Amino acid sequence: MMLPRRTTLLGGAALATIGVAGTARAQLTIDMTRPSFEPVPIAIVDFKGDAVGAQMAGVIRNNLQNSGLFRVIPSSAYIQKDVDATSPPRFPDWRSVGAAGLVVGQVTSVGGSIKVDFRLWDVVTSQQATGLSFTSQPSNWRRLAHIISDAIYKRVTGEEGYFDTRVAYVSETGPGNNRTKRIAVMDQDGANNRYLTDGKTIALTPRFSPTLQEIVYMAYGENNGPPRVYLQNVDSGRRELLGNFPGMSFAPRFSPDGTKVVMSIAENGRTNIYEMDVRGRQLRRLTNSPAIDTSPCFSADGSQIVFNSDRGGAQQLYVMSAGGGGERRISFGDGRYATPVWSPRGDFIAFTKIGSGGFGIGVMRSDGSGERMLASGFLVEGPTWAPNGRVLMFFRQQPSSGGRAGAASLHQIDITGRFERQVPTPTDASDPAWSPLIPQ
Amino acid sequence: MSMIKALSALAAMFLIAACSNNDTQTASAASTTVTPGSVGDFRQNVGDRVFFDTDSSTVREDGRQTLNRQAEWLKKYGNYQITVEGHCDERGTREYNLALGERRANAARQYLIAQGIPASRLKTVSYGKERPDPVGSDEAAWSRNRRAVTALE
Repeated sequence: MMLPRRTTLLGGAALATIGVAGTARAQLTIDMTRPSFEPVPIAIVDFKGDAVGAQMAGVIRNNLQNSGLFRVIPSSAYIQKDVDATSPPRFPDWRSVGAAGLVVGQVTSVGGSIKVDFRLWDVVTSQQATGLSFTSQPSNWRRLAHIISDAIYKRVTGEEGYFDTRVAYVSETGPGNNRTKRIAVMDQDGANNRYLTDGKTIALTPRFSPTLQEIVYMAYGENNGPPRVYLQNVDSGRRELLGNFPGMSFAPRFSPDGTKVVMSIAENGRTNIYEMDVRGRQLRRLTNSPAIDTSPCFSADGSQIVFNSDRGGAQQLYVMSAGGGGERRISFGDGRYATPVWSPRGDFIAFTKIGSGGFGIGVMRSDGSGERMLASGFLVEGPTWAPNGRVLMFFRQQPSSGGRAGAASLHQIDITGRFERQVPTPTDASDPAWSPLIPQ
Repeated sequence: MSMIKALSALAAMFLIAACSNNDTQTASAASTTVTPGSVGDFRQNVGDRVFFDTDSSTVREDGRQTLNRQAEWLKKYGNYQITVEGHCDERGTREYNLALGERRANAARQYLIAQGIPASRLKTVSYGKERPDPVGSDEAAWSRNRRAVTALE
């Protein structure tokens, strides 16, 4: 049950520039505002000095390739086989294999720690684009590879990375009419998968606290007990009930500052949204309608909440102020709108849309304008944002047949609707929740 | 040889058909295998579930008939505690369906209360789209999944 401790302690520092000095703007960039941008060709050499260096390079290659913004050049194409991390590479060799960027690294054992130096070379201008040095526990090598991936991503795209993150989701196993549904947490790339609940009762809809130390989720009680919201420490596994109400409580989400949890409580056929103060456990009602108000989500600045409601007949998206009140509808297209999630950047709201032809994942501006669909299928549901507001994850479920539940899997997609790929999970998976960047 | 086998199989079929013809109702034939007042009796001879239209929690006419039978039976056998389970088909989002299932369970519960079942005997729980029965992705399965099931303990 226990996750490895996260006390990472990364000493991180900029590496001195070597080779040609100068502050000229390098050419190793990607302009993602252009609709037809091409992926940046990049070579990532196995880090030298320790066996873990090759594994780190593998993690970085996988991250960058999966983003869709990079094209990783296979090592078999390299002309310069032996690249030193401390002196400039033979740039013409890398230009002739088509690389715009070259990543090199060195792993050194220092006492009980490892020191990792990496450099990103701009092959086009023969300059160092960035270079960093980290010291950490050897067991943190994967995290270091993710942090280096983020540094490369940021240097090339100008946007924050999202590789040093985790994903909570619902692991699904067993027969279709009696599925076991457990909360699981893994690294963004599928590594270090752990289960946080034992599967004795159905557990759904996990969401991270801003520090990643806790998750909230909904789980059924033993012996047909009604669903309740739980708060669980990710490392210790200790969990507590977040309010014991007469009705069913579900759909919990943290506020951006982590001090509050909003959730739905259903009672006598009505479902309203409530806010609970995490420390004091005071409960406050935010909506008061005879309808179904659920799937609440705070705006990035914490000032507003978007949710879905069928108060007007069919499910639509509404925005209200975080303290309740000022409710206004923002979705007006054909079909039913559900599971709104506010981008961490604040600019877009992603949602699930249910039309006559099936399900879709889309985004709209927070005022409801500019609706755009990114993915569609028999059943696609539950978008969640990477912390940079550029990439989304959601789940797809295939139709059931012959009494067997249709396969459910996690997928990520770029906000442009490009680069959809399945995220590997050990079991069927649904309901992903992408964490913020792991605090360093 | 194979012809003789086929003939004897046909003869067996006639026998079975003859038997069921002699019984006026297949349900009463089945009822002989369950104890009156048991959960099996309730499921087989009363019907433990009612069905709903898409995105609706209004009890339909066929559902009212089932709930009327349930209320009659539950009054006769007053020792059972009752949990009404609300369910949905898979064509809604998970959280909305949890709420919709609660609404359906509540609609069936209110109907039973109106027929004279004490509210204190009746709990509700929603399973949303998490417990399909049957498992399937066509209209036939979906229409059976939009249901409220009266579970006894």
